[in-house]
Amino acid sequence: MLETIILSDVLLLERVQKLSEIVRVENLKKYFPVQKSVLEQLLSRKKSYVKAVDNLTFSIRKKEIFTLAGESGCGKTTTGRVLLRLTEPTSGGIYFKGEDITRLKGERLRLLRRKMQVIFQDPYASLNPRMRVGDAIGHPLEIHGLARQEEKTKAVLEVLAKVGLTPPEQFIDLYPLHLSGGQRQRVALARSIILKPEFMVADEPVSMIDVSLRTTIIDLLLSFRNELGLTYLFVTHDLAVAKYISDRIAIMYLGKIVEIGTKQEIFSTPMHPYTQALLSAIPVPDPERKRKAMELKGEVPSAINVPTGCRFHPRCPFAEKKCITEEAELLPVTPTHSVACHQK
Amino acid sequence: MPLLKIDSLDVEYRTNRGRIRAVEDVSFSLEKGEVLGLAGESGSGKSTLGLSIIRLVPSPGVIVRGSIEIDGTDIVKLPEDKMRLLRGGKVAYIFQDPMTSLNPVKKVGAHFVEMMQTHEPDLEKKVAIERTEKILKDLRIPSERIDDYPHQFSGGMRQRIMIGLAIALNPDLVIADEPTTALDVIVQAKILDLLASLRDRYGMGLILISHDLSIILERCDKIIVMYGGSMVEYAPNAELHKNPIHPYTQALLQSIPNIELSEQKLSAIPGSPPNMLNPPKGCSFGPRCPYAKEQCRMKPSLIDVGNDHFVRCFATGESAEVE
Amino acid sequence: MRKKTTKTPGSFSAPKTSGSTKTPRSFLARIIPGLTSLTRRGPSGWMVTLGIAIVLGLVVMTAVSPFVVPHDPILYHGPLRSPPSLEFPMGTTDLGQDMLSRVMMGGLIMLQVAALSVFICFLIGVPLGLFSSYVGGNFDKTVSLVIDAVYAFPGLVLAIAIAAVLGSGVINMAISIAVVYIPSYYRIVRSQVLSIKELTYVEAARSIGAKWHTVLYRYIFPNVVPSIVTVLTVNFADAVLTAAGLTFIGLGVSVDVPDWGYDLTNGRKLLTSGAWWVITFPGIMIILLALGFTFIGEGLSELLNPKLER
Repeated sequence: MLETIILSDVLLLERVQKLSEIVRVENLKKYFPVQKSVLEQLLSRKKSYVKAVDNLTFSIRKKEIFTLAGESGCGKTTTGRVLLRLTEPTSGGIYFKGEDITRLKGERLRLLRRKMQVIFQDPYASLNPRMRVGDAIGHPLEIHGLARQEEKTKAVLEVLAKVGLTPPEQFIDLYPLHLSGGQRQRVALARSIILKPEFMVADEPVSMIDVSLRTTIIDLLLSFRNELGLTYLFVTHDLAVAKYISDRIAIMYLGKIVEIGTKQEIFSTPMHPYTQALLSAIPVPDPERKRKAMELKGEVPSAINVPTGCRFHPRCPFAEKKCITEEAELLPVTPTHSVACHQK
Repeated sequence: MPLLKIDSLDVEYRTNRGRIRAVEDVSFSLEKGEVLGLAGESGSGKSTLGLSIIRLVPSPGVIVRGSIEIDGTDIVKLPEDKMRLLRGGKVAYIFQDPMTSLNPVKKVGAHFVEMMQTHEPDLEKKVAIERTEKILKDLRIPSERIDDYPHQFSGGMRQRIMIGLAIALNPDLVIADEPTTALDVIVQAKILDLLASLRDRYGMGLILISHDLSIILERCDKIIVMYGGSMVEYAPNAELHKNPIHPYTQALLQSIPNIELSEQKLSAIPGSPPNMLNPPKGCSFGPRCPYAKEQCRMKPSLIDVGNDHFVRCFATGESAEVE
Repeated sequence: MRKKTTKTPGSFSAPKTSGSTKTPRSFLARIIPGLTSLTRRGPSGWMVTLGIAIVLGLVVMTAVSPFVVPHDPILYHGPLRSPPSLEFPMGTTDLGQDMLSRVMMGGLIMLQVAALSVFICFLIGVPLGLFSSYVGGNFDKTVSLVIDAVYAFPGLVLAIAIAAVLGSGVINMAISIAVVYIPSYYRIVRSQVLSIKELTYVEAARSIGAKWHTVLYRYIFPNVVPSIVTVLTVNFADAVLTAAGLTFIGLGVSVDVPDWGYDLTNGRKLLTSGAWWVITFPGIMIILLALGFTFIGEGLSELLNPKLER
């Protein structure tokens, strides 16, 4: 009985979600073929792949901040890049406002770029060192033929002020080398929002920025959501930051989502053993608190040789026979909280 | 006698663009068995400070003033050949990036053996290998892997090897410079646990350098907060956490997310870290400080506020003497 | 709680950069302060300045020479094969031509050939390298194969072969030298592009919708330029020497124009009779010119790839 009620709630919620969703990903896969030496190719015909993203399904609602969290190598960054078509998916569907964007080419793909933007992790690498700040920020307008000289300058000044680089006139002629990491990241942000996008992939936007400056950038991202109606896919390995900014969080491991839920659910009632281990490993800036860290065996295996069954089983303290042979499906425990584990 | 005693240390980088005061007027001491955390952001001088303790500051860096005493011996003026004996033997350094710190064409076991034989020329290879296997066991690395090459290990294991190399000769003092920055959070916890257990077992002094204040607060006995090359605050862990006095420390504590708190309002520090080629006059934090006064155009000196707690700030309250 | 501050924190405004933040657009206005500041950049700055001084000096000398030359370099003025004297400070040739005048005007051909060959190289080698490495795939593999084949030939031999086919004259000399050097430009550009291509800001350019040619022209090419500049100057130096070599063997220009290379050939013959001045002075000039370019190139490569400072 209880199960029936929960199921119908889920269906209703899904229906409601579909109306307000802006991005949807279905059975997304991204496999990278592994280069083999001539000898290896002779010895075995079998192709091997790095299964970076393996059958991902999720959706993001308008104005939501949806976080993909996990350690390095879990596939979260690749997912972000595939979503933006910066690299092509191996298979699966990506829907933006209901439209399948996996097949878009040429001019239509370029039009999409105006709506879906990105902010990268490394502020020292994401700006062209030979382009002045003003030119770099204004370049998107130029590319899409959206503004002539004076309008372009006006728009650049406006957006510079919006990201907190004031007085804007002083920044326009500078080169990236004159700016600090935090300032560069703001310039990169300015470049991304000048086209007034609707969706943004934020790939670890603060992990390479000094701690005291992180909040500024995060607050900027939040303000854009509130004032400009931006929706975010936030990619991070830092769960503390994820807790501060996210609405919903999906925990990834070796290319799969192992748990997905609202911020509250993930942090108060984590269900997947991996999530629990992750949370227990995060350092807490409080010497009084005695932390009980969950012990995990071994290290993250390579994405080329993915373990059979549930990919987490070699390290899981609760693993049973079933976990070795059968993959676990992502199943809802509450209408908003799903887990991929045989024992939940 | 303290294991490490630093007095009025100044370190400069003499570049052809000007002089950079990377470390200015740093004084503190460390006892055997203590874990000291050096917290600070980029440009704070914490790495330079760590490197100067082992006298590995890269050129054009120069120790301009002050003394660094390890077990009573001032190493600043020590001739290089004597310093080389200290490195690894008495003071060890764990570098930040395990990916590039190991020799890719040398077997892991060979790293250990060579180091041991450099410090003990009469050591037999057999004995060295035995000792290496014991160390690998301490590091939870299977001893069969003694003949593997660095690239065959994961990042976390490589960092463990680095730590092993650091403690192999049983040093009295270990300096770990951002030992976990390149690592994921679960591996990070294991590495920090390893360092703690080694400290418990061998009783060495440990200096942990990190920009991640959470790690410092979680693991260290005493903490030094650095900003713009100066020590702005020094206190035992609990004291610092309960009673942060320097505005920078306060702001820093308010800007790091704490996963245990349900609702957290994070605040940012306006401005950016100082340009060390053209540092602000007086207190290095002045331009960003919400409490800055006219007085802050002079350099504040370190003030004892009791409880082994020192602060370099004019806003500490009453009469603050200018140096 | 966030504290509201009444004063604007000082370091939040735009950073002060050394010199003006608005870089003047005029080329000359940029060069002159740039040159003087070069000498402040240590030994490599001096090298570049010295190199520029030498090259500029020789160019000016050649340009000005038709007006200040004491005698007509081709006509037979003086005694045959006479050593340096007051009237003919650098002596005369076996035909009685004044060596000083010949030396002052003799750089013309060489400079033209060197400049033209570098120009051709740049025009072909750089775009080819840019395009080929950006596109990648089989096109890139094929082009690289061809270029590598050309590169495998010893430079002077190849230049001689081509010059023999094409015949004499400034343009033909320039072409034969250019063919030898295009592979160098191609390879340098290609290796730069291959690494820059993977950088984040190139991906960022794609993410804002830039078309491939925009990415190449505004994002990749400007970052490849520093490495080209050094090849350029070394190329100049080598072109000078190769041009001298070609003329030396007789594949150069005709007799009635004064040319250092020609005098080298001629001077070699005269050495046996003791007339050392015919080969020496042009030889020194050639060395000076090549040295000047080499200084610029070496110094620049030090400056543009400085040792890491914290």
